[in-house]
Amino acid sequence: MGRLLFKGGTVVDPSQGINGVYDVLIEGERVVKVEKNIDSVEAETVIDVCGLTLTPGFIDLHSHLRDPGQEWKEDIESGSNAAVAGGFTSVCCMANTDPVNDNPTVTRYIIEKAQKIGLCDVFPIGAITKGLKGEELAEIGLMVKAGIVAISDDGETPKDSKVLRNAMDYARSLGIPVFTHSEDKSLSAGGHMNEGPLSSLLGIPGMPPEAEDIGTMRDILIAKLTGAHIHVCHVSSRGALQIIESAKQEGVRVTCEITPHHFTLTEDAVREFNTNAKMCPPLRTEEHVEACRNALKTGVADAIATDHAPHSEDEKLVEFCQAPFGIIGFQTALPLSLNLVREGYLTLEQLVEKLSVNPAKIIRKGDIGTLKPGARANITVFDPEEEFTLTKDLIKSKSFNTPFLNQRLKGAVKFTVYSGKIVYKSV
Amino acid sequence: MEHLLSAEEITPEVFGEIYQTAQSVKRALREGRKKFSVLRGKCVVNLFFEPSTRTRSSFEKAGKFLSADVINISTSTSSVKKGESLVDTLKNLDMMHPDVIVLRHPCEGAPYTAKPFVRAAIVNAGDGRHQHPTQALLDAATLKEHFGTLEGKRITIVGDIANSRVARSDAILFKKLGAEVFVYGPSTMMPRYPEAMGVKVLKSFDDVCDVSDAVILLRIQLERLNAKKTFPSIREYAELFGLNRERLKKLKPETVILHPGPFNRGVELTNDVVVSDRTLIFNQVEMGLAVRMVILSLMCNRLEKLKEEV
Repeated sequence: MGRLLFKGGTVVDPSQGINGVYDVLIEGERVVKVEKNIDSVEAETVIDVCGLTLTPGFIDLHSHLRDPGQEWKEDIESGSNAAVAGGFTSVCCMANTDPVNDNPTVTRYIIEKAQKIGLCDVFPIGAITKGLKGEELAEIGLMVKAGIVAISDDGETPKDSKVLRNAMDYARSLGIPVFTHSEDKSLSAGGHMNEGPLSSLLGIPGMPPEAEDIGTMRDILIAKLTGAHIHVCHVSSRGALQIIESAKQEGVRVTCEITPHHFTLTEDAVREFNTNAKMCPPLRTEEHVEACRNALKTGVADAIATDHAPHSEDEKLVEFCQAPFGIIGFQTALPLSLNLVREGYLTLEQLVEKLSVNPAKIIRKGDIGTLKPGARANITVFDPEEEFTLTKDLIKSKSFNTPFLNQRLKGAVKFTVYSGKIVYKSV
Repeated sequence: MEHLLSAEEITPEVFGEIYQTAQSVKRALREGRKKFSVLRGKCVVNLFFEPSTRTRSSFEKAGKFLSADVINISTSTSSVKKGESLVDTLKNLDMMHPDVIVLRHPCEGAPYTAKPFVRAAIVNAGDGRHQHPTQALLDAATLKEHFGTLEGKRITIVGDIANSRVARSDAILFKKLGAEVFVYGPSTMMPRYPEAMGVKVLKSFDDVCDVSDAVILLRIQLERLNAKKTFPSIREYAELFGLNRERLKKLKPETVILHPGPFNRGVELTNDVVVSDRTLIFNQVEMGLAVRMVILSLMCNRLEKLKEEV
C-alpha cells in the first residue's frame, strides 16, 4: 500500500502532547510520523485538510450492534457504517445479542463478520454470566482467547454479589475490565423515567438516582474486594460520580464513562412522552447533568461512550411505558461532545482523551488511541464549525431512535480513516 | 379546543364557560329533558383499554342525550402487546370517521402517542396515573356550584396521591381557579416532589380537618395495596386515613366531602360520611354527566348549539 499524507490540519493527539498544525503521514495500516511540513514528495497521495481537526480515531466503549439475532434493529454492517460516519474507528459491542455472546463461537462470529466488513474494529464484550441470567459464569477465559476486551452483563449486572465477586476475581486474573451497568433494580423496578419533579407531575413511575448510587457503591466495593478493574457504564447521577471520585482517591481500580445524552439533556425531554428520549439510566435533572459535565472536566469520568442502542421505529411507536429503553448515538457523539468544548467544560485535548486515548487504555489496546509512529492508522478528521441537520437520510444506522432527529448539530466528521483506508468521507 | 388531554389545557375562562353551560344542562335534565339534537350526525367512540363503568357510562349517556351515535369498544390490555398497536387501532378507528374518541388507557401519555395519527378529537378519559381532565372539570364544577367560587378555597385530597390521575388533574385545575391544594395519606403514597404537582403535603388528619374547605377522598385500590407494598392492611388504612364519624365531627362545619367513586365503604369513608349532608359525592355524578355533554359539544364545535337547545 502507498503512502498517504494529510496536510495542513490541526492535529490533536494528547497521547504525545500534540496540538497544532501538523502533517500526518501514514503507510499501509500504520502511522509513519506526525511532523510539521512533511514534504509532499514523501507520499503518493496528499489530502488537504486545512481548517479541519485531525485526531486519533474515536473508540466507543459501549454500543449494541444487535447482531446476531436482532438484525431488524441493526447489524454489524449497518452499525459499522454508522460508527465510522460518527468518526469511530473502534466500537465495543455489548453481549445482549440473541444468542447471547457468552461463548467463543458468538465472539468469533462477531469479530469475523466485522473483519469481513472491514470498516472499523468491533471489539466484543463478553457476558459475565451464561444467558445474562446472573447465575453461572460464562466461558470468560475462552472468550478472552477469542477476542473479547471486557465482560459485562450490561443492564443485567448480577444481583448476586457472590457471582459478581467471582466474575471480578476471574476477570482480574485474565487482565480484562468488568463493565457494569450499576443499578439496584429492586429500587428502580417498574420505572420508566427519572424519579424527579417531572415524574411527580406526569405520574410515570420513576427510577430514582439513588438506585444508581446504591448499585455503583456495591459494584465498586466488590471491585475493591477483588482488585479487579471496574468500568462503570453510562453514569448519570451526581451521587454515583461522588462515589466513583472517592473510590479513585482511595486507589480502587475504577474508570467510568458518560454518554452524550446524559451530559446534554434533562428529563424535560420526555415531557411530551417522547419514546426516543427513553433510556436506562434515564435522563435526569439539571443538577445531575451538570455533575456529568463537571466529572468529565475534572477527570472523574474517563470516557465518553454512546450506549448506541438501536430500536426500530415500530418498537418505539408505542405507549411510553411499553417502549424499550435506548437511543442511537454514534452520529451525535461528536457534535454533542464539542458542545462541552464550546461551553468551556473541556479543552479539545480532553475531548480527544475521552473519545480515544482513555478508551484505548481501558480496553488495553496499545496501538490505537494514538498517532505515535507505528500506531494503527486510525484517524478521525472533522470540521468543528460545520453545522448540519440530522435527518433520517443522514443516519446510517437501521434505526432512527434519537431525540436529536431533525435537529441542528454543530461539528461534522469529514473523513474517517481505519487501518490506513478512508472508510468514510462526507460529501 | 381541538382535544382535551390534560387539565393543563383548561383556562379559567374556558372553565367558566363550561360551568355555565353545564348549569343549563343540569337544569334541563332536572326538568326531564333528556334528548337534544346537538350532536345529531356526529359519532362518539368510547375506546376503553381499562375497565370502567362510571366514566364510560357517563360519556355514553352524554353522547346519547345529545343524539350522537355512540360506539363502545372495550379492549383488555393483555392483548395489546401481542396484537395491534395503539397507533394502528386508532388509525383504523379514525377511518370510520368518528368525531370524538374518548380514550381510556393504562399507560401515561397514551393519548399523546395517539394524537398525531387521528383526525377525530381525543378526550382523555384517564391515562394511567397521569390525567383525567373531565374528572377535574366535574370536581371543580361541583365545588363552584357549592361555594360559588374556588378562589381562596383550601382543598385537600386524601389517599394514594402518587398513583392518582384524579389528584394530578384536580390539583392543576383547582390551582388555576385560585384554590390552594393540599394532599394527605400514607407517606408511601405521596409524590416525591409534591411541589411539582403544585400541592403541599399535610402531616396529620387533624391538619386536614383544620385547613380544609373541601376534602376529596380517593379510592384505595384494594387489589393493589399489598402488591405494591405501599401499605400493610386495609384495616390499618381505614383506621389511620379513613374518614369516619369521629373525624367528620372534627371538620369545620362548612367543609364538604367529595369522592370520584366508586368508593369502598369502611375503607376511605364510613356510612356516616355517605349519609352526611356534607357529602357532594352524588352531586358529582350528575355534574359529571352535564360536564361531559358540554365537552362532547365543545369537541364537535357545537357548544353554541347546545346553549341554544338547553
